[in-house]
Amino acid sequence: MASEPVVTLKNVSFSYGGSPALEGVSLSIAAREAICIVGPNGGGKTTLVKLILGLLTPQQGEIRVFGQPPCRARLRIGYMPQHAQYDPKFPVSVMDIVLMGRLGQAGLAGLMGWHRRADRQAAYDALTQVGMRELARRPFASLSGGQRQRVLIARALCCNPDLLLLDEPTSNVDSLVEARLLDLLRDLNKKMTIVMVSHDLGFVSGFVERVICVNRRVVTHRTSDMTGQTIHDLYGGEVRVVRHDEFLPEGHLH
Amino acid sequence: MIDLVDALRNPAMAFLRYAIMAGLLASISLGIVGSYVVTRRISYIAAAISHCVLGGIGAAVYFKAALGWQWCDPMLGALVAALLSAIIIGFVSLYARQREDTVISSVWVIGMAIGLLFFAKTPGYVDPMSYLFGNILLISVQDVWLVAAMDVIAVVLGLGFYNKLLAVCFDEEFAELRGVRVKFYYLLLLCLTALTVVLLVRVVGIVLVIALVTLPAAVAGHFARQLWQMMAIAVLCCMAFVAAGMATSISADLPTGPMIILIAGAAYLLVALTARLRRRHG
Repeated sequence: MASEPVVTLKNVSFSYGGSPALEGVSLSIAAREAICIVGPNGGGKTTLVKLILGLLTPQQGEIRVFGQPPCRARLRIGYMPQHAQYDPKFPVSVMDIVLMGRLGQAGLAGLMGWHRRADRQAAYDALTQVGMRELARRPFASLSGGQRQRVLIARALCCNPDLLLLDEPTSNVDSLVEARLLDLLRDLNKKMTIVMVSHDLGFVSGFVERVICVNRRVVTHRTSDMTGQTIHDLYGGEVRVVRHDEFLPEGHLH
Repeated sequence: MIDLVDALRNPAMAFLRYAIMAGLLASISLGIVGSYVVTRRISYIAAAISHCVLGGIGAAVYFKAALGWQWCDPMLGALVAALLSAIIIGFVSLYARQREDTVISSVWVIGMAIGLLFFAKTPGYVDPMSYLFGNILLISVQDVWLVAAMDVIAVVLGLGFYNKLLAVCFDEEFAELRGVRVKFYYLLLLCLTALTVVLLVRVVGIVLVIALVTLPAAVAGHFARQLWQMMAIAVLCCMAFVAAGMATSISADLPTGPMIILIAGAAYLLVALTARLRRRHG
């Protein structure tokens, strides 16, 4: 089925109070694609993500998500932000957080934000998928960095999304969890489009089909076309491909 | 404690019964709303709202004395001023992010200045101290009813929208992405805060009331694993502070408001210090 693209950007520019963050970005993401956004810190990766979510509005250009303006397509997106931004002492349980993925439903219960049995079941299922079901009642504050990250992934899954948008899903997990996470994403990719921001090309290179390189401007590469030179240009010498060779020997670079 | 029990039985001291009833009833909404205020980190905004209340009290006292509007009770003025300042401050903090603290402090002092000017122009002597720091001698049975009514509103809205307010306090951005109208709930939270600070104007006054919004919730935060637990513990703490403060103020013949706050503050410091020591040695 040749369906319409999930995300399209046409000549999009965005600046924070005069200093440009993204310039002339055009790209298109097809349904069921798995894509990784890479680039140096401050290069505009998170800005790109927030534009797709409609949290930021571009000064120029047009963005469409599922054929609609981003704000109206939000409920079809499961978003995992970077986890560092949370108040570490906030009194909230793992289950509470995952259930936030079920907000925004129709009807009286949806209006009031009350959770029904089906919502709890969906939250348990999402926690099971990331291997965190046993910790459902634990306070978020008591978890390790990697566990918190998995809770946030579960919350994104609990939205029952058509597009999964993950900002640095592996920045805090060890290699074992990373490998399991990759299996999960491969599996989910059969049903949904996956876009993730990552520093770690090694993690994704065996999985994603295309890499979006963001450094104020945007260049898209097919992973199969990527050379050592491309990666070198991208990271300016500080290459992480070494790790890739350790963890995923089958996903070699050409 | 015996002094308190005796005093409560004394028919000549009806105000004391009203004061303790108002204090215990208000603890319910103070615990609930205070937990949101502390976790959302807006105690500074709550303090600004409570100080602005003086403007409304001043206006009400003036209109009653100078224009003879008998219905114009100081508590009514306090309520109107609190809600008005909550909405003004809410819009300021939503749309003027860069200079938010400056704008909020100016709203804070303008509210107080208006109140003092009204007091100055009111015929006869008005004692601002009783509004600033509370005076339980002024409590009437109507005040208790007012507290009960506002309690109901705060509890229904604060607990009814629990999941949405929790999501907004924990992660505003994600809540917005789930279609929650984040700005509306933020303003709702500020209005609930406004209602709550008005509850205890008579007992502890507008300057000290902010301590009862934040301190019970801050104490509870050290023991709670979920927000609803924080609320429940905060309600109980607040009731304990009010009761203990009243009992000691009667035994020692000291003003009630400051005694309640002193006990709340001491409890908070004790809990915070113990937690810190335990972390260092555990």
